Amino acid sequence: MASTIDANLAPNRPINVQGARRARVTGMVLIGLAIFVAGLFGLDAAGDATFRLSRPNDPFALPNLVVPAAPFNYIIAAVLAFLGARLFLRGGGKWATLSLGIGLALLVIAFLVWATAGKSFSLTGMLQATMVRAVPLVLGAITGMMCERVGVVNIAIEGMLLAGAFTGALMGSLLGGVGGLMAAIGIGGLFGLILAALVVTYRMDQIIAGVVINLFVLGLTSYVSSQVLAEHRYLNNAPVFRAYKIPLLGDIPVIGPMFFNQNIFVYGALVMVAVATYYLFYTRMGLRARSVGEYPRAADTLGINVYRTRYINVTVAGMIAGFGGAWFTLGSVGRFDENMTGGRGFIALAAMLFGRYHPVGALMAALVFGFADSMQQKLALLQTPIPSEFLAMAPYIATIIVVAGVVGRTRTPAAGGKPYIKE
Amino acid sequence: MDVVLRGITKRFGPVIANAGIDLDIRAGEVLGLLGENGAGKSTLMNVLCGLYQPDEGEIVIDGNPVTFSGPGEAIEAGIGMVHQHFMLVPVFTVAENVILGIEPTKRIDYLDLATARRQVREIGVQYGLDVDPDALIETLPVGVQQRVEIIKVLFRSADVLILDEPTAVLTPQEVEEFFGIVRSLRDAGKAIVFITHKLDEILEISDRISVLRGGRIAGHGDPKNLTEEQLAEMMVGRPVSFEVQKAPYKPGAVLLEVQNLTVLRHSGEVAVDDVSLTVRSGEIVGIAGVQGNGQSALIEAIVGLRRPAAGAILYDGGDITRASVRARHAMGIAHIPEDRQRSGIIGDFTIGENMALNCYYEARYASGPAINWPDVMAGAARYVADFDVRTPSVYAKAYQLSGGNQQKLVVARELTRDTKLLIAAQPTRGLDVGSVEYIHNRIIDARDEGDGVLFMSSELDEILALSDRILVMFKGRIIAEFDAFKGPVDRNAVGLAMAGSAPRAAA
Ligand SMILES: Nc1ncnc2c1ncn2[C@@H]1O[C@H](COP(=O)(O)OP(=O)(O)OP(=O)(O)O)[C@@H](O)[C@H]1O
Ligand SMILES: [Mg+2]
Repeated sequence: MASTIDANLAPNRPINVQGARRARVTGMVLIGLAIFVAGLFGLDAAGDATFRLSRPNDPFALPNLVVPAAPFNYIIAAVLAFLGARLFLRGGGKWATLSLGIGLALLVIAFLVWATAGKSFSLTGMLQATMVRAVPLVLGAITGMMCERVGVVNIAIEGMLLAGAFTGALMGSLLGGVGGLMAAIGIGGLFGLILAALVVTYRMDQIIAGVVINLFVLGLTSYVSSQVLAEHRYLNNAPVFRAYKIPLLGDIPVIGPMFFNQNIFVYGALVMVAVATYYLFYTRMGLRARSVGEYPRAADTLGINVYRTRYINVTVAGMIAGFGGAWFTLGSVGRFDENMTGGRGFIALAAMLFGRYHPVGALMAALVFGFADSMQQKLALLQTPIPSEFLAMAPYIATIIVVAGVVGRTRTPAAGGKPYIKE
Repeated sequence: MDVVLRGITKRFGPVIANAGIDLDIRAGEVLGLLGENGAGKSTLMNVLCGLYQPDEGEIVIDGNPVTFSGPGEAIEAGIGMVHQHFMLVPVFTVAENVILGIEPTKRIDYLDLATARRQVREIGVQYGLDVDPDALIETLPVGVQQRVEIIKVLFRSADVLILDEPTAVLTPQEVEEFFGIVRSLRDAGKAIVFITHKLDEILEISDRISVLRGGRIAGHGDPKNLTEEQLAEMMVGRPVSFEVQKAPYKPGAVLLEVQNLTVLRHSGEVAVDDVSLTVRSGEIVGIAGVQGNGQSALIEAIVGLRRPAAGAILYDGGDITRASVRARHAMGIAHIPEDRQRSGIIGDFTIGENMALNCYYEARYASGPAINWPDVMAGAARYVADFDVRTPSVYAKAYQLSGGNQQKLVVARELTRDTKLLIAAQPTRGLDVGSVEYIHNRIIDARDEGDGVLFMSSELDEILALSDRILVMFKGRIIAEFDAFKGPVDRNAVGLAMAGSAPRAAA
């Protein structure tokens, strides 16, 4: 009497209600952007936009890129409208995020074309600046990542960067560039050690510990710079590391100036991305570190010392931040100014999230934010009708858009933010 | 390798978890370790595997006293433990989990995953533990995760294997397979400590039995001449009845009606596929099924933790499909969640606070915005006594309770409210026989007083003992229904339905 029925009663067919709604909303946003681009960047643009790809004495010169501004922006608006309409009508799961990303990129291009219309603008220069501006972001992101991968939430990156910048300037003035750099790395490591002690040994709330460090560093460096450095100028006059062009590679058009004609901070950051990737995902120590951030008790039962792992990783991460901090002084202006990191440590946190806790992802994210940063700087020279105060907001606006719209759900290490208590 | 524990004492503040315990573990033998919830089994084994340091006593391996300052040293000495709550990193692969802590490496600390994979496969072949080394842990069913835990221990070439409630999460088929593995390990000369609350299992698999009660050894026994009743009495200190007494079946009006409910998993796959069911007042409806067939999602949707994609839930004449969890609570629905640590208790809260989680706002505990803590604690103390939650005080933190006592805490909180419908998922998971008896009686009392009960369990015996009607879920659908109130249900028929072959006409 018992008859077998088909074992595949319900094939696991996906029904995605939330995804469909998201696709519709994204579609609408894209259509809105299309109207915006056509109405503003299209109607208002006159003349050709000229983008320079090479500089006067490059060995291999590329011709300039010249686009008729108004027609080009109408085409972009049409593409945006198409993407939006397709999403709105057909839905499309994972395409929603991708389309939104493409849409935002198109928006930025249209904006650049509109701002450049009738003028000329060095694209290569901007890309080079993009890489430079990404340095503290990617180093800060690697710092945050190394901490969170072992289960310590580090929002003190800002303070560590600032401490590195200050120490770099002060000690650089006294000992020279290399001495300043070493001191900056050392001070970063010291703050890493302090953070580790506060959250691992004393089990302080990790967010509060981070805030305390940020406020402490901000207060102390501001005080010393206004009271001491302002009086004794020679203490705030450090040498700057110059760019070093790598032979041959540095001559490649566009890519060359961006990656191979830079100072040691850029090279250092790129090397750090490679080293951190190798460390986290290809070594024994990295595997242990990640296990501590995911499930410390499991690591403990296997004889891995949770506390020591956290101490070491957070301290080394602090050293990386110290190096990144020195970029602000030894890598660009040679002088320390109050709060000169200007929230880059928090943007670095966003880059870490956007990069999904992977160093290479963090580099990509840092380049996006670095692009926004350098764009605002270069556009100020082009004299657009936009007030410079608004342009200066670009990196922060990019952060908000990315974190709110594009990041989606990132998987954070499971044990992040929680102290580990034995027994 | 033979291990002797001598006079082990372990205290947690005022709590004496182990009081001078002596235990013999011998090579080529399975030692069954039995005891009530909170008797100190896990603590004793954590001492043996180096996680806890004993306050008194010593561990003697092959005649030599040893001390472990951490699990690493115990592993080196050849002692491996599969913990009650799995110690696997969910986002790592099988191979990564297995090698963690003693990784094969090449130059510059490079992880040699190729060797690791090969070694995992070799162990798999040698002991019949088949697992894909590249699978992510979180994608594996618990039965396979269990195998990974054992491979982990074998990979460290342990001679002593401690298995803390390994079968609590396994299906009957998986248990059979698991016993095969345990026997082959024993025959390979390993010493095995096996902890469980299931008396039939311990009689089947062990060569010797030791019973703990209140942190002390209550007795030793030979499985060949012991019965389940005798064991239960040794454990609890009084006779335990395995039969449940129910009043005759007198169902009232329909209390809960689920209509064409479809629920999705987070991944968008269908977990519950067009399910309809009813629960009347005064009846117990049991949902049987192998884990992962949508029972959990169904329960979560009914209590409001998950929003259904389609369908309706009617309760007491009203539509509650979109009602908030709090509203459902207020309407008299009680819920015993499946995973006590994830959604049943807040580990860092005290027992008293946990007891008040679902009623802190009621007039008996609150005046205006202020909570009347003395009343909350007094109430909690009463329930702790009623449900025999073993704890030094209601001010203890919930995470300090043993696994079974955490479960009793949740059950106590949900059953002591005045409710009309009880929804329970695995209500007796990890409980000792005495506590199972008590909770079964409370559930039946609720039914006899006219409450409706809908519960799911992966344990067939529990389903058969309690239910008036049995529904079997398979791949998100209800594929069979048995009317248990008409007379005893054929155990095999239910088992077959759980495996996906449904009888046309219900027995
Ligand atoms: N970390 C801790 N802090 C304080 N008390 C604890 C801790 N761990 C366990 N205990 C107490 O020690 C006693 C023994 O607990 P243990 O976990 O060993 O019990 P068990 O026999 O394994 O029970 P179960 O069958 O429920 O798992 C319990 O009373 C428990 O409350
Ligand atoms: Mg236990």
